Amino acid sequence: MSEKRTGAQIMCEVLIRNGVDVMFGIPGGAIMPFYYAMWEYRDQLRHVLCRHEQGGGHAAEGYARATGKIGVCIGTSGPGATNLVTAIADAMMDSTPLLAITGQVGSHVLGKDAFQETDITGITMPITKHNYLVKRVEDIAYTMSEAIHVATTGRPGPVLIDITKDAMVAATVPTWEFAFDLPGYKPTYQGNRRQVREAIRLLTQARKPLVMAGNGVIMAGASDDLREFAERTRIPVITTLHGIGSFPEDHPLSIGMPGMHGWVHVNRAIQECDVLLNIGGRFDDRVTGKASTFAPNARIIHVDIDPSEIGKNVRVAVPIVGDARLVLRDLLAELPDRDALGSLHSAASDWMEHIREMQDRHQQKQQYLVRPDGMLLPPHDVYRGLTAALNSRGNYRVCTDVGQHQMWAAQLIDWHRPRTHITSGGAGTMGFAVPAALGVAIAHPGDTVWAVCGDGGFQMTNQEMATVVQEGIRNIKIAIINNGYLGMVRQWQELFENKRYSGTPLSGPNFAMLAAAYGWKGLTIERSEDVAAAIDEAYDTDGPVLIDFRVEREVNVFPMVPQNKSIGEMIYE
Amino acid sequence: MKKHTIVALVQDRPGVLSRVVGLIRRRGYNIESLAVGHSEAAGISRLTIVIEWHDVEQVVKQLYRLIDVVKVSDVTEDQTVEREMALLKIHAPAAKRPEIVALTDVFDAKIVDVGTSTMVIEMTGSPSKVQNLIDVVRPYGIKEMMRTGRIAMVRGARGHGADDVLEGAGQAAVPSAALN
Ligand SMILES: Cc1ncc(C[n+]2csc(CCOP(=O)(O)OP(=O)(O)O)c2C)c(N)n1
Ligand SMILES: [Mg+2]
Repeated sequence: MSEKRTGAQIMCEVLIRNGVDVMFGIPGGAIMPFYYAMWEYRDQLRHVLCRHEQGGGHAAEGYARATGKIGVCIGTSGPGATNLVTAIADAMMDSTPLLAITGQVGSHVLGKDAFQETDITGITMPITKHNYLVKRVEDIAYTMSEAIHVATTGRPGPVLIDITKDAMVAATVPTWEFAFDLPGYKPTYQGNRRQVREAIRLLTQARKPLVMAGNGVIMAGASDDLREFAERTRIPVITTLHGIGSFPEDHPLSIGMPGMHGWVHVNRAIQECDVLLNIGGRFDDRVTGKASTFAPNARIIHVDIDPSEIGKNVRVAVPIVGDARLVLRDLLAELPDRDALGSLHSAASDWMEHIREMQDRHQQKQQYLVRPDGMLLPPHDVYRGLTAALNSRGNYRVCTDVGQHQMWAAQLIDWHRPRTHITSGGAGTMGFAVPAALGVAIAHPGDTVWAVCGDGGFQMTNQEMATVVQEGIRNIKIAIINNGYLGMVRQWQELFENKRYSGTPLSGPNFAMLAAAYGWKGLTIERSEDVAAAIDEAYDTDGPVLIDFRVEREVNVFPMVPQNKSIGEMIYE
Repeated sequence: MKKHTIVALVQDRPGVLSRVVGLIRRRGYNIESLAVGHSEAAGISRLTIVIEWHDVEQVVKQLYRLIDVVKVSDVTEDQTVEREMALLKIHAPAAKRPEIVALTDVFDAKIVDVGTSTMVIEMTGSPSKVQNLIDVVRPYGIKEMMRTGRIAMVRGARGHGADDVLEGAGQAAVPSAALN
């Protein structure tokens, strides 16, 4: 391999060496040399041509979230790069390993307002884990390898690499023997053993302990360890929005989701608990409500790979910096044997009984098991039909968009496995679901991938339906929960702004006809009786299907914690 | 709110100063002064940042999130040597010069330029001493002033040397995939 290679060829080789096999992007002037080179590598590197760079970014995120591998997206300089910004910010908020590759104008015209020049490294500085501008072909192999290393290690995140066109065109003999020169980047994986022991001491003495599992459990592949820990201690487990799937919801120790649209019994349990072990969650304000009132009686043990998350939003009694899986293993190793856990077990079983009582008291109303009168198609009937089909057909992954439909999906679908629930949590990016589902469908061709969208968010990125067809992807289905509103905003207007529906009523095209125009099968459903058959038809169609569920327009997501209120103060109706 | 002095070692890579400043700016912290220059180790720069904030521990942790940041310490409570330099161009008609020269002597400052109606004073010392001199010469009329901002170093052996933290540099962290 001592032959000369162009910078663009080196880019392809770095990707292949790092196990990348698919990339999502759109070409343009400054990135053309990379597209020229990738043609030679097309057997190893699949390029998926998206219809908008934002779609490419979210597709790469979906791929990454569904696999744990790095997602790769590509844009040309200027508008191509700026179109990636939303996806990069989204990946930053949700700790998604993403490599954004952008072409840059020639190094001799940098800073001269050349055609399609944008300072994309400047723009993305606050929304990337790190970013690079590469101007010399000799720097490509090292810098791009470092970029992938940074994106995928420690707390994962997006890294952008901006490469000038002349560096891609120039040639050099690449060297592949290098050690990363990153003296300031040494992620801590192993938790401090003394803190681990202190955590065990608190937990074994607790009367009302809780485990809260977040995204970190999924990213570390720690679900089995979490399960073992819960079963040995018999401590009830909460899963946050991004922790969904880290612990099976049909497990007797699973109690559900906390937070703004979490279950009443879960939020009450948090307010009552005496020790809270948070593994890999960051105490987002959607989880804590008013932070100063969160878990007032609890001593909090916080396990996070990012030290800057610990103590940021809530006070912490025992900080443990480390990888969720390694720390869980240490916790398991430090756990006393079964006899010594007797008092914890009996306390935990009384506590669980109390939590289940609270759950029973609110269950009916919460789960929408009571069907409101006079509604042709309440949204929860769609979820009931969908959940039944997902459970009976198996092998599902669901991408949700942002809004009411997203919260209903988190609440009402039965989640069992990690990396099956993929949503935009931290950034709340409308338009996430359809392109993310494209990435997930490519990552897992054997699974059926559903994008559950609102009529608003769907219209932000539905152009990627064309990408699905061009790529021959068949395992993707879209369910639009079409309420004719930017529903979540309308809900706030209804509850807190006197029903002043300013800017929220929303029209759309006939979505089924739009689907047909894209070469998808499109169905329109208006009555609850027809839900199951439509979902069956979607499953039995070998190819992409969209179902437009025209649901009752003004239904709210409950329970709900109004913003800035304590999670003890939930409203129901 | 209390003033804190933070000393940081950073890799001397393009954009590192923007990253540090950007991180502090977007959290709404106010930078009172920032001084930066080469450290004793090649490729590593040392920064002194003076910042007013109630929760400096968070600033320190956030700075560690930057890949280029090697070491950060809040040295506010430590025994430190702190220095600042100022250049002051003051209005100095012939009649006032002897007074000004006498004042500069008291402060151990130097006169580095004398013009027809101005003098430039160079003052190096602890930030409070520099401030004192400024207050004292202000009545003469300060036409221009440039302060470097504070630089700080912890006294004694317990320090903040680049070599201690650079040991083991270049060794790759365990990729998370390998842990799965
Ligand atoms: C890009 C973007 N713009 C605006 C918002 C604010 N927002 C949050 S939820 C929501 C309503 C979403 O409406 P729709 O997609 O129809 O979903 P629904 O709530 O009706 O289920 C809006 C506008 C956002 N999250 N993202
Ligand atoms: Mg809607």
